[in-house]
Amino acid sequence: MQQMHPSLKRRRFLQLAGITGTGFFLGLNTGCKSGPEIAAVSAPGKLFEITPYINIETSGVITIFNTKPEVGQGTWQSVPGLIAEELEVSLDQVVIKQTGGQSQFGNAQSVGGSSSVRGEFFTLRKVGAAAREMLIGAAAQQWQVPVEECYAENAFVIHKPSGKKLGYGALAETAAKMKVPAEPKLKDPKDFRIIGKSGGRPDIPLKSSGQAKFGLDVSVPGMVYASIERSPVIGSKLIKFDDADTRKMKGVLDVVTCKRIVGIFRHDSVAVIGENYWAALQGRKKLKTEWNHEGRDKLNSSDYAAGLRKLAAKKGLTDITHGSFEKEYAGAAKKLEALYETPLVSHSPIEPMNCVVRWNAPDQVEIWTSTQIPGDLVKEVAKEQSIPEANVHLHTMFNGGGFGRRLINDYVTDVVELSKKTGKPVKAIWTREDDTRLGPFRPMTFSALKGGISADGRPVALEHKVISPSIDAGLYPNFDPKKVDKTMMEGIADQKYEIPNLQTSFVYSPLDIPLLYWRAVTSTTLAFSHECFIDEMAVAAGKDPMAFRLDNIKKGSSAEKILNKLKEVSNWGQPLPEGHGLGVAQFEFFAGHCGYVVEVSKKGTGVQLEKIIAVIDMGTVVNPDTVKAQVEGAAVMALTAAIKNGITFENGQTVQTNFHNNPLVRINEMPAVDVHILADGGEIIKGAGEPGLPPFAPALCNAVFAATGKRIRKLPFDINNVG
Amino acid sequence: MASFKLNINNKQYDLDVDEQMPLLWVIRDFAGLTGTKFGCGIAQCGACTIHLDGSPTRSCSIPVSVAAGKKITTIEGISEKTDHAVQKAWIELQVPQCGYCQSGQIMSAIALLTTNPKPTDADIDTAMQGNLCRCGTYQRIRKAIHRAAELI
Repeated sequence: MQQMHPSLKRRRFLQLAGITGTGFFLGLNTGCKSGPEIAAVSAPGKLFEITPYINIETSGVITIFNTKPEVGQGTWQSVPGLIAEELEVSLDQVVIKQTGGQSQFGNAQSVGGSSSVRGEFFTLRKVGAAAREMLIGAAAQQWQVPVEECYAENAFVIHKPSGKKLGYGALAETAAKMKVPAEPKLKDPKDFRIIGKSGGRPDIPLKSSGQAKFGLDVSVPGMVYASIERSPVIGSKLIKFDDADTRKMKGVLDVVTCKRIVGIFRHDSVAVIGENYWAALQGRKKLKTEWNHEGRDKLNSSDYAAGLRKLAAKKGLTDITHGSFEKEYAGAAKKLEALYETPLVSHSPIEPMNCVVRWNAPDQVEIWTSTQIPGDLVKEVAKEQSIPEANVHLHTMFNGGGFGRRLINDYVTDVVELSKKTGKPVKAIWTREDDTRLGPFRPMTFSALKGGISADGRPVALEHKVISPSIDAGLYPNFDPKKVDKTMMEGIADQKYEIPNLQTSFVYSPLDIPLLYWRAVTSTTLAFSHECFIDEMAVAAGKDPMAFRLDNIKKGSSAEKILNKLKEVSNWGQPLPEGHGLGVAQFEFFAGHCGYVVEVSKKGTGVQLEKIIAVIDMGTVVNPDTVKAQVEGAAVMALTAAIKNGITFENGQTVQTNFHNNPLVRINEMPAVDVHILADGGEIIKGAGEPGLPPFAPALCNAVFAATGKRIRKLPFDINNVG
Repeated sequence: MASFKLNINNKQYDLDVDEQMPLLWVIRDFAGLTGTKFGCGIAQCGACTIHLDGSPTRSCSIPVSVAAGKKITTIEGISEKTDHAVQKAWIELQVPQCGYCQSGQIMSAIALLTTNPKPTDADIDTAMQGNLCRCGTYQRIRKAIHRAAELI
């Protein structure tokens, strides 16, 4: 970076942070090799590596910066709450500002992997605690009293013996000059006022009144609208287009080509630019396009599935192996084998992909959008446009759902191109049909399982072979198909049952369409196959599925705690009404650990959901109500993935187009979920957003078996007709 | 193009728009009221729910011409201070997650309570099944509607 006068540097930094005030400003220096260090913004030379977290203006306005985009998971409360807890302010006393992914603000700005709270729990509390100590120090200095006689409460520092108090605003300037404590003292958990308490999400009133601003709600002066046509067969090359009729339409301003950049793919696109969204959309309908499919129109889901079934017979690349599977399986008293199948599914956040971009010639760009990855978005735009990252100004809006869909910038980079080409601010909005047809999708996995049971009913051998396409193959040019794709093996290598002879392996099947992480990623399909097959083994062993699990679970594991709690709260083993059945499942993966007991009853040829009980293991909880909400919602999303269509292809085209043929579970299909949280208050913190998904489908399908004797090995299944 | 006089939240708007333009886009892009959301464009998700003369209506699927002369109410028009009983219940029970569908959910809930002040779970499921929530807030919506019924 060019030499800049310190005061200019400071002003530029404040601009980036969206702050005009001065006073006290504390953040994290993320440029240290040994890990982030708490730093005052006045620190010489380091300004542009500091992630701002707290600003206290002399007027008393307190701003907390939230680096974690809000996608519904509650980070608008939980992340600033970590700082506010230690700073001794309540969230209704502060202004919360979302950071915009500037590289200067550090890398900790993505949301995915249920990582926000567990990743930042101690770091952000330390920032808050350091600010508190500096404010107390400033007051003690001003009053000429020992620091030990002062404490902070409700945005004031109070001198205990005299009762004197000073507000944070009055102390801001002095506090800014105090030495930054490297290891501030964190509060004793028994004194917590925010952490561990339910409710109080400050975004909820905004979201109950239409005031919350999502990407779709942004408008800037002089803005035009784009609706973008892409090949109905994903990825085909544009041969030519005829826009004569489009250009005759009232309100159509222009027709411009652009590229959709999604992982390693660059898909030709034609954008119709209109005075308003409706005009652009109507113009797009008149556009005549011709595409070269280059064989992509041969893709049929039924053929692809048949291919996966064939590959199931192939020896895979071994991932992990314990003991001697082949030998012990061959010698087992009882042997069983099964093939489990799952579909492609869509993310379908209700807010369709959209973005507003203003290209300011020659090389500045301003972007407003809903995104899970502000930092990576800035980097990708800068790289594509060959401009410095500091020239990309992002406004991160509330996300109308993410679920992994907004972990990729394909709906942003093309709009940057359009704004640059048209010289105008452009707002592009995907139709629901675009969103449903074009992906990226969660990949399917097929699982070939083999299990051996000893004469005394113990699981002695288990093989789990995954046959699937790969997410990484479409994201990274250096993907190596000769290696096990660990993302596609999630959670099964360290599965929680004591099985002495265990083997996992992977068979790769290419699929040339955009695939992406979906909430809880591959665990959403592998938990289904693994936990249903464990159930099959229990039945083969002649054991109750809960007892079989508890007998063979790793002792002292969180899986054991979860199963014991599920057993207790579900009254497992008590007599059930005629035609009812209980199913259980638990699954641990990188994001965390949850388990379910589901109760269903026979209803005609199908089943009806009666009861859903979830137990999630958290360690320490910031907002118990938010954790419950996350599990409640995860169960709904998991039910959709288990019983609704999924995504299929015919002649290269996505069959599903909108919610009428790619349905989501509706309110009348979903009973309440009774969520129990295990929290020992320890320092191991687990995620909340994703773990509620994976074990739901297997618990449901195991319940279907218990009630009807029908074993579901293929998702989706028809809940009204289980065969 | 045609000129329309629209009554939105008791305010008069004189707008010059294509008569086939769905009311949703007129509300959002011409009246500037962005609380009403776009989700599907074919009346499948309910994110665009408004009241037309008091009836819950999917604004994405009716042309603006149909709404002229009628009373249009959007989420912005139901209270000044976010203190409608349904909003209070929504906040008390912390219903929204991402929040994107919630304007539509609240408009459908208000319409239900207007015609049925003490709905059962079954009544709620029937009245609310046109509103999708991808975050899965359904059980809280059910609970919050019962709570709102007490508060009204």
